[in-house]
Amino acid sequence: MIEFISSLVPTNLAAHAPALLVVAPMFLAPIAAFMPNGRLAWILSILATGFSLVMAIVLLSQVRSIDEGAIISYAMGGWTPDAGIEFRIDSLNAMVLLLVSAIGFLAAIFSWPSVAAEIRDAKRAMFYAAYLVCFTGLTGVASTGDAFNLFVFLEISSIATYVLVALGARRDRRALPAAGNYLLMGTIGASFFVVGVGFLYAATGTLNMAELAVRLQAVPDSKAVFAGYAFIVVGLGIKAAMFPLHQWLPNAYAYSPSFVTMFLAATATKVAIYALVRFLFTVFGLEFSFEGSTLIWILMPMGIAAMIACSFQAVFQTDVRRTLAYSSVAQVGYMLLGISIGTAAGVSAGMFHLVNHALIKGALFMALAGVVLSYQGTSLNDLKGLGRSSPWTMTAFAIGAVSLIGVPLTAGFQSKYALVNALFEHGWWWAVAVVMFSSLLAVVYMGRILEAVFFRTPSNPNKRRQEAPLIILIPLWILALGNIWVGVQGGFVAGLADDAAAALFIGGAS
Amino acid sequence: MSGELAIALALILPLVICAGIWLAGSVPDLREGVTLIGAAALFVVAIVIASQVGSGGSPELSLGEAVPGLEFAFKAEPLGALFALVASGLWIVNSFYSIGYMRGNRERNQTRFYMCFAIALFGAMGVALSANLFTLFVFYEILTLSTYPLVAHKGDANAQRGARIYLMTLLGTSIGFLLVAVIWTGALAGSLDFVPGGLLQQAEGLTPVVASALLLLFAFGVGKAALMPFHFWLPNAMVAPTPVSALLHAVAVVKAGVFTILKVAIYIFGEEILNATASREFILGVACFTIIVASLIAMTKDNLKARLAYSTVAQLAYVTCGAMLADPAGFMGGSLQIAAHAVGKITLFMCAGAIYVATGKQNISEMRGLGKRMPLVFIAFFIASLSIIGIPPLAGDWPKYELMQGAADADLDYVPYVLIVSSLLNIAYLLPIPILALMPPPGSGEPAPFKRAGGAPMLTVAAPCFTALLCFLMFFSIGPMSDFLAPATGERDPAVYMTTGGQP
Repeated sequence: MIEFISSLVPTNLAAHAPALLVVAPMFLAPIAAFMPNGRLAWILSILATGFSLVMAIVLLSQVRSIDEGAIISYAMGGWTPDAGIEFRIDSLNAMVLLLVSAIGFLAAIFSWPSVAAEIRDAKRAMFYAAYLVCFTGLTGVASTGDAFNLFVFLEISSIATYVLVALGARRDRRALPAAGNYLLMGTIGASFFVVGVGFLYAATGTLNMAELAVRLQAVPDSKAVFAGYAFIVVGLGIKAAMFPLHQWLPNAYAYSPSFVTMFLAATATKVAIYALVRFLFTVFGLEFSFEGSTLIWILMPMGIAAMIACSFQAVFQTDVRRTLAYSSVAQVGYMLLGISIGTAAGVSAGMFHLVNHALIKGALFMALAGVVLSYQGTSLNDLKGLGRSSPWTMTAFAIGAVSLIGVPLTAGFQSKYALVNALFEHGWWWAVAVVMFSSLLAVVYMGRILEAVFFRTPSNPNKRRQEAPLIILIPLWILALGNIWVGVQGGFVAGLADDAAAALFIGGAS
Repeated sequence: MSGELAIALALILPLVICAGIWLAGSVPDLREGVTLIGAAALFVVAIVIASQVGSGGSPELSLGEAVPGLEFAFKAEPLGALFALVASGLWIVNSFYSIGYMRGNRERNQTRFYMCFAIALFGAMGVALSANLFTLFVFYEILTLSTYPLVAHKGDANAQRGARIYLMTLLGTSIGFLLVAVIWTGALAGSLDFVPGGLLQQAEGLTPVVASALLLLFAFGVGKAALMPFHFWLPNAMVAPTPVSALLHAVAVVKAGVFTILKVAIYIFGEEILNATASREFILGVACFTIIVASLIAMTKDNLKARLAYSTVAQLAYVTCGAMLADPAGFMGGSLQIAAHAVGKITLFMCAGAIYVATGKQNISEMRGLGKRMPLVFIAFFIASLSIIGIPPLAGDWPKYELMQGAADADLDYVPYVLIVSSLLNIAYLLPIPILALMPPPGSGEPAPFKRAGGAPMLTVAAPCFTALLCFLMFFSIGPMSDFLAPATGERDPAVYMTTGGQP
């Protein structure tokens, strides 16, 4: 199917796919802002993200055209590196781009009823413009091969995100402090990152990531490189909500508009993790990251701490969105744990979980958006008995929930299985115990929600309640069935993750 | 019928039945017709599979890989064929019983009830026929999830509490321990297939310590085997309607648990490695402890279903015990116990349900003299009790005999004593029930009149009588059964193997 879609795209268009993927939504964003009404902006954003999705598919087929994974280097504007900015797509980028654009496309489709209900009429066009800018930033981070350009895209996406989160203020005023908090933390993170990049530039005199990787080999013991390394890990750690730098995330997820929560949960932290992995493995190299430094003693314990502490916090939340937000931080812990193993199997498991978690949380938050639309509340109390009045929405929610727990035949099971397998192969059997314990906590916190949804009577039976509209249900079920599909026939996604990990290890060796 | 087709049918039929029940949901007679015809068809398929296995074949079916290395594969072998036969055969009897019970009791949500039942059978068939640990684990979880709505069927606070404990214990142990054990096995051996003689033979770097840890994870990870201290879900699951307790918590679910233990012992560890694994004796001790302590607890219970539940916990530990004896006679005893206990315990549960439908009584102390009003039910109860105790000529005699043989072969002197004490305890907590009901001591008052006009529905009486008869018949079919199972359990030295060729 990938080959079929990419064969439909004209070759001269396909040749510029790396640029078009990012640039198209960027140019459509200001146009969306000037649209006379929100509905037109909505259609525009569907077109933009849909176009990006096609480009991402084209890129994937190009990358997969040879067995060991091609690397597509695209010099922006014809300016070759070092002077110009290079977009560099390998199997890992292609995977992340496909994920972000696919989720972005589904999110754009589903957004209208939710946005219409939660955003004031006059602001809707601007809202979609901000969404497209955010989308541009995320895809930009995932395609650029230039360290400073990565910072720029990171900030583009972040600033748009602050706006999007703050727009939740109409539903809940607490969105404003949440956005402020996020702004503060996000800016600190970005500043750390750019300081780190500055150190690396001082030590090597280049900003191109591939070139950095080569030149860093020559200065392995430089204090500046170590400092840069520390700044970059911490900076990206904040963006990726690495424990204990995750404090911005629960409020930002809980109070922003439903659509924004869904999009951010499925993509934003994932892209930050991509950037982290890219720096750890490609730029600094395996040897530096894992032997020359004490990284393993930061990433792994932080991952494990997140898996336990935040799962516990998720158990004690009364608002379902906050439960899911804490669970997101815990799931980031799984990915970090997989990455910190430092073997191809471990990184592959981390990447596999990254994709699956996007499917899981996308489905869960999308279903919650449907709930908000018809019921105006997301506390555990509000969800009681919803299984009867909106069975389709809630069945999809349940699929996402069991997938999050890691029940067999769902995506979550496959990636946890891969992770545990990688842990055993590496001899970290004690970490297996942690993974299992955290999974049990997931049973507890998702079980509470499912029980309320399906086995309790509504606490307020007079309140209006109904199924989410079809335009939410269709993308929701695409995601839910995606969970099942990966659980039963996970070869495609597992293959993507394997290729991505392989690309990192080949890149690290060169 | 080719083997591939038979296995595919065994898996598809329950799902088709489930869909049929859903479609026919508004016409109860048609709905029950779908269940009965489907159950009968499934039983025929199970017979076909068993006959192929009996003639030396091994039907296989592969449904492709979920991810590389994890294959959905099915392969029938004697043990699984027997389990499939028992589960599907007793499903027919139980369906008749369910019709009488559910209608007699005017239960709500009957369509959901029968649908979940069909899915549970789907899970049981998958467990029985799985060719590797991954497939087994997947169906094991399907079985857990599909039975949760059945346990919570009544929907009141008590049922919800019981169902929550049920789900949390089974999911918790399976995710926390069993899954770890499965993945660890895969990492050690590079495969998850059930291999005659033991998959772990091909594992490199298997130290006794690792093997011990692995065995512990398996034994306690299979929560459905109800080994203490993970037995408490079973008494709690008794809030379910009695047909559920009868088929699922005496046959399909719990037997899937002990079946998994046997499979792991025979096909993953194998006799040789199991004997060299230190934790084997510990688990054997736990199993013996469970047998005695659960029986003692059963004596203290006045609620009939609770007493039967603890009795089930004790009887399940027989199978674990047999698996941990790690010799052919032990394996044989465990395998026979799966079938023998199934027919015995389902009878007891169905009798309990019949009494409840007719009189609304659940406590043993209120059943005095009730035998006058429902003689057939209590006679069936009496026969099944004798079978559970292990008195010939009833089915329950053989497993005990084989287990004692196995213990003697393994030079474990204390195990036969445990089995004997267990039999005595069985007598103490089971026999008084039918005896006091049928022959009340002089001076005890007249039993309470029936709550339901006309007493127990005919079907709820006929079904336990039929299974009681099965207890009797199974005693005499031991020869073919042990011949059938022998390829899986391994051969004992024929000179001392008394059941070869039939009766001792």
